[in-house]
Amino acid sequence: MNDKAVEPVTWETFAQGLWKENPVFVMMLGLCPALAVTNTAMNALAMGLATTFVLICSGFLVSLLRKVIPKQVRIASYIIIIATFVTMADYGIKAISLDLYQALGAFIQLIVVNCIILGRAEAYASKNTPLKAIVNGTGMGVGFTLALLCLGVVREVLGSGSLFGVMIMPERFQPWSIFVLPPGGFFVLAAWLMVFSYVRKRKTLAEAA
Amino acid sequence: MTDSTPPAVPAPASGVRLIVTLGGIAVFSGILLAMTYEFTKPYIARNESEALEAAVFDVLPGAVSRVNYRLDEQGLQQLDDDNVDQANLYAGIDGEGERVGFALPGEARGYADVIRVLYGYDHETRQIIGLKVLSSNETPGLGDRIIRDEDFQENFKSLDASLTHDIVTVKSGEKENPWEIDGISGATVSSVAIGKALRESTRTWLPKLSQALEEGP
Repeated sequence: MNDKAVEPVTWETFAQGLWKENPVFVMMLGLCPALAVTNTAMNALAMGLATTFVLICSGFLVSLLRKVIPKQVRIASYIIIIATFVTMADYGIKAISLDLYQALGAFIQLIVVNCIILGRAEAYASKNTPLKAIVNGTGMGVGFTLALLCLGVVREVLGSGSLFGVMIMPERFQPWSIFVLPPGGFFVLAAWLMVFSYVRKRKTLAEAA
Repeated sequence: MTDSTPPAVPAPASGVRLIVTLGGIAVFSGILLAMTYEFTKPYIARNESEALEAAVFDVLPGAVSRVNYRLDEQGLQQLDDDNVDQANLYAGIDGEGERVGFALPGEARGYADVIRVLYGYDHETRQIIGLKVLSSNETPGLGDRIIRDEDFQENFKSLDASLTHDIVTVKSGEKENPWEIDGISGATVSSVAIGKALRESTRTWLPKLSQALEEGP
């Protein structure tokens, strides 16, 4: 494996995941948790942070072991490493709050098969230094968390009239329950994708002009 | 992230090396997980016991402490906090040391998944005096009103559980008898499921409980 270790850590290493390669809005990865557990802002935040934790830790370890792990068993090794950190996150959330744990349900365990994480391990961490893997993983994690929050905030405000559990809409507001149900996830995701591709198009046009 | 130079082909790794690598990673995982488990165990146990406590106090108004019991063929046995997972019945004690009532679990299939409830039962008046939905997966905005709807919760402040009649959920606004639960329109399946959970649980447990209370201390 050719190592790109010579390249220094730049802002780009971090910011890649925020905008240019945002996991949800650009790469369309990890849509299962993005649709399933974004019915409240709190769930979205917890899910995002748990994924970020796994991304950073697994990225670091994969990168550290990149010269030790033989190519033939790399996927198996990555899965063990990822599953370990997911289980740790699982215990952690259970220790922090049972209510949160119940709200997130099976989706915490399902981080194991989140393609963002395995994708990062295979495409980035296994070819870069631990420091770069951590910085990049953090960027991706923050990008994922922000994307989930974009969905969660809109869905909670429209669907329940509250934000992080605090009522913010006037008393007379009739919640649009559809937004906290699965179809609402699709509507809100589509709306955000529309916004993002519009902004990107404007930017490209401006650069071309 | 495109690379113009093709990666050098590494020499094939030996079988032993594959096993050692995978084994090493697995051992490391095991150690890490065992440490996390040990570290989080007391916090998780405390959270679970707090959640249970809160639920027991919720369904037994006035209770300030709880006693765990197990009710089975041998009658009613008191359990200490270490064996709390074997308990299937809890008594709530108020500030003066008087027993407010018992908290019992019940469950029935709702619209989406099994609904688990805990209800408070006052043996003196043979009434259900409180109900809390422990876990449910009902439709938000419709079925999940069984959790918070105030009019629905009003049903469980004094619901006849003397077993002369079965507890049953009736249509919204049609409650006439003390053993009937006034349902929620728009959450019919969910409120009927609550009725079923209470009916089945009271029928199974209450006769055993009163027998045990007559025999026991």
